[in-house]
Amino acid sequence: MGLYTYDSTEISKSKRISKLVDDLYAKMPEIESARAVLITESYKQTENEPMVIRRAKAFQHILENIPIIIRDQELIVGSTTIAPRGCQTYPEFSYEWLEEEFDTVETRSADPFYISEKTKAELKEANAYWKGRTTSELATAYMEPETLLAMEHNIFTPGNYFYNGVGHVTVKYGEVLAIGFSGIKEKAQAELDKLSLADGDYQKRARFLEAVLISCDAAITYAKRYARLALQMAEECSDMTRKKELVMIAQNCANVPEKGATSFYEACQSFWFVQQLLQIESSGHSISPGRFDQYMYPYYKEDRDKGILTREFAQELMDCIWVKLNDLNKCRDAASAEGFAGYSLFQNLIAGGQNSEGIDVTNDLSFMSITASMHVFLPQPSLSVRVWNGSPHEFLIRAAELTRTGIGLPAYYNDEVIIPSLVSRGLTLQDARDYNIIGCVEPQKSGKTEGWHDAAFFNMCRPLELVFSNGMDKGVRIGPATGDVEEMKTFDEFYQAYKDQMDYAIKLLVNADNAIDMAHAERCPLPFESCMVDDCIKRGKALQEGGAVYNFTGPQGFGIANMADALYAVKTLVYDEKKITMKELKAALTMNYGKGLREDDIEALTAEIAKGIKESGKEVGAAEVATILQSVIAASQAPEVKQNGERILELIDEVPKFGNDIPEVDAFARDVAYTYTRPLEQYKNPRGGIFQAGLYPVSANVPLGGQTGATPDGRLAHAPVADGVSPSAGKDVNGPTAAANSVSKLDHFIASNGTLFNQKFHPSALSGRKGLENFVGLIRSYFDQKGSHMQFNVVSRETLIDAQKHPEQYKHLVVRVAGYSALFTTLSKSLQDDIIRRTEQGF
Amino acid sequence: MKEYLNTKGRIFDIQRYSIHDGNGIRTIVFLKGCILRCRWCCNPESQGFAIETMKVQGKDEIIGRDVTVAEVMETVEKDRTYYRKTGGGLTLSGGECLCQPEFATALLRAAHEVGISTAIESVGIADYHVIEEILPYLDQYLLDIKHMNAKKHKEYTGQSNKMILENARRIAESGMTKLSIRVPVIPGFNDSVEEIRDIAKFVRTLENIERMHLLPYHRLGQDKYDGLGRRYLMGDVEPPSLDKMQMLLKVAEEASGVECQIGG
Repeated sequence: MGLYTYDSTEISKSKRISKLVDDLYAKMPEIESARAVLITESYKQTENEPMVIRRAKAFQHILENIPIIIRDQELIVGSTTIAPRGCQTYPEFSYEWLEEEFDTVETRSADPFYISEKTKAELKEANAYWKGRTTSELATAYMEPETLLAMEHNIFTPGNYFYNGVGHVTVKYGEVLAIGFSGIKEKAQAELDKLSLADGDYQKRARFLEAVLISCDAAITYAKRYARLALQMAEECSDMTRKKELVMIAQNCANVPEKGATSFYEACQSFWFVQQLLQIESSGHSISPGRFDQYMYPYYKEDRDKGILTREFAQELMDCIWVKLNDLNKCRDAASAEGFAGYSLFQNLIAGGQNSEGIDVTNDLSFMSITASMHVFLPQPSLSVRVWNGSPHEFLIRAAELTRTGIGLPAYYNDEVIIPSLVSRGLTLQDARDYNIIGCVEPQKSGKTEGWHDAAFFNMCRPLELVFSNGMDKGVRIGPATGDVEEMKTFDEFYQAYKDQMDYAIKLLVNADNAIDMAHAERCPLPFESCMVDDCIKRGKALQEGGAVYNFTGPQGFGIANMADALYAVKTLVYDEKKITMKELKAALTMNYGKGLREDDIEALTAEIAKGIKESGKEVGAAEVATILQSVIAASQAPEVKQNGERILELIDEVPKFGNDIPEVDAFARDVAYTYTRPLEQYKNPRGGIFQAGLYPVSANVPLGGQTGATPDGRLAHAPVADGVSPSAGKDVNGPTAAANSVSKLDHFIASNGTLFNQKFHPSALSGRKGLENFVGLIRSYFDQKGSHMQFNVVSRETLIDAQKHPEQYKHLVVRVAGYSALFTTLSKSLQDDIIRRTEQGF
Repeated sequence: MKEYLNTKGRIFDIQRYSIHDGNGIRTIVFLKGCILRCRWCCNPESQGFAIETMKVQGKDEIIGRDVTVAEVMETVEKDRTYYRKTGGGLTLSGGECLCQPEFATALLRAAHEVGISTAIESVGIADYHVIEEILPYLDQYLLDIKHMNAKKHKEYTGQSNKMILENARRIAESGMTKLSIRVPVIPGFNDSVEEIRDIAKFVRTLENIERMHLLPYHRLGQDKYDGLGRRYLMGDVEPPSLDKMQMLLKVAEEASGVECQIGG
């Protein structure tokens, strides 16, 4: 019933692709200084001009002068750095962290980068200019003191946009392919011609449109530099095959992106320049190609119909783009790098799904997108597939084959949830049907949205800690005084205190995001990006100033499973069954259930006690502090503390947990999620849009869990927080269908910025055609129950070895060997070893 | 409530998301008690009908509980959407489900009447009238045949194979259920070419056979013997290699004339 008949036959991988991949990963990625130096030069020359013009001129200056390179065997060209997978820096957003980390960035565990002494010196010189001029400094100035305090105490972190560009957009690639930047210039010029000098907003609009003209010219100039380089290389090339390729590249770059593409190959090259230059302009990540299979299809179809394009060459070009997507890179500060581990730029490319009229438009390119990921076998693009009742079965089977490889791609998205969810946020039905995914899991309508999709990480566990401390953290008031927790007579009272802490923290989160939003509008409007999103040109406004048709801010909460389990445990054990008192629970949490305190926790506790004594009017000197410290250490190790902790942990363990298909617990989890998703809806951003919640953590649940004390779900201090909307690791013991049923009980519609559900499988679960069929059936069943997103880790040998070392993290890991399934961690070491040995075998 | 929904029986586990026993995603109910005592049995806790204690990771666990059909169906119903998408359903395993004929029949009937597809994993030792009772509610019968030699069968499992083979023929003739034959391939017991070929030849004489499965021996039940304080009689016997299984698969295919596969 789809619009297209498709050819799904497999296409083999060309030798070129293996070489491109090998070359790309030959060395550690490197930081380069060219962009920072060039933008600084430009800014120094434009100090008295309007900001949007300064941005455009800087973009032009960069693109006219940044070193360019065509890598060996490339068919699609355009590299942001000379070093493969290198990165430029973006001092206009922030730079101090990098200087502080100059000497550790090469050796850190998450995403290290090489940086030469020469680069360090050049960056230092350039960075000196930016003191007092960055978005992050202006954002800080816009924030209230209590907001900064909450951030300092790790209630939430808006680090992403605080220190970097926003990105998180899908522009109108299709329009550039159709009319080129010369066409976009004509549109901008036409708007400019309509303005009257005496309009109230003339200055603002005219300068923005002029900035668009400059930016488009810059992009055209950049491509022409590549055309010249390719010609020059062709002249010097003795290999006739490569020579021909280089001449072709030169022709492409001379035509696009200036003009509309006249072939599939040109369309590929034009796409790539847009994708690459967006990142040079902004430093944002999650700049997502979106529905590549849709906007590229007309060019593919036409060339195929004319008989001038083979499927093999089309596949090779797509494979080349897939490789290039991994050539782009970004250096984040050490803490953020842990939250986004894996050098990921989250360039989400989605295949399949319906068009704006509701007809399935899966086509050849949808299949070839999956094949490209199979061929290239790299993390980028973040490949997604859209699933609905009309999705071709074979398409999902092909996707499942990719999942089976263990690469963690694709992610699966449910049209039946996302479309109505977007409509509920004000999108037209047509726009909602044409959605794609940004970054991790965030849906938007391409070319019309400034979604601010990854606006912050909000740790839902921290407000619960504040309930126990009456709003205090490390001796400082950071939340409202919700009362002495031991005096709370009913669970409703306790739950209300949590909601009050949540409401307050959410308000501060909004304050932080809006401050950053303002700073971006003032200091970093992006005319190049804006010219490819409606209605910026018509309104004469940058995206950052509210130029988009749809505006949102989407900060994501995480820790739902922990909070559901924790609140349910408090309700059951303290209030319903009265098996423990609140005092006992509080003491156990403070002492990390007797499992030992970290040095900084001991120091914090000591400081708190000392402060309490001081407040009561007594003197506390160094000697007294030492005594308190000793007593805290002794208390944390006392046998009765350990016993008490053990007893309470055992009681908590027996309380039913989220993820096991228990209606009462699941209903509770749904309500807990509302404590985050509902309050957010009422807030507005400076671009005229609303806040919408996401429920996913990227990989921040690990580092931010590290900043969280013990929680009443039995989670120990500093342990990771649950991942997305998934149950807490090891707490779901009834298998994948039960976990999926539980997660589907959450309201996925209100979390319109996306939810993330992870499942782990042993490869044998997907073995054979039957395994694939069952796997697709599992996804469809979860989606029938209105889950929004699903992704899978097919466990590798390494995972099993890790499960041996950390069984508590893998309690739910089912392995299936020799036609028998078992919970991996319940098996003896020797049998586990046996299974690990067999991971590579066929059965 | 319909009377048969109150039928009580004894189970020791319900395993959801089972994808290697019958078609699609299935829920397996393990009934307690078995008439055989196979030396390689990977579920030794399933053999006795009595409720017993087994040590699992150092902790005592009670094995076996009495439940009604309605209670079991409550869990079975939870994955209905998965059955629908994959052609899955309910599987009774054990132990030997025919050892609790009334309960097994009522369970299969309960599922059948609400449109959930049914299967049993069974060795088929029971008076044929017991099997006749369940056939109207049974979509798929996964029948174990372990050996063609009655004496050796008795030596390794405690029972002769006479009734099994006879019932296999009658079930096949009835045409009322999809019948698959499953053969556990146990080194030193039935893993020779001749022994597998004999079983496959017998399969050739049966009508309406869906498929023949060769299930390679594994040692995953070993820990449970320790937990029950019992000796694991298989010692250090190694599972058959993939090469060997593939060789036997060829033998089975040629001799049986039906579709054969390794694993469930």
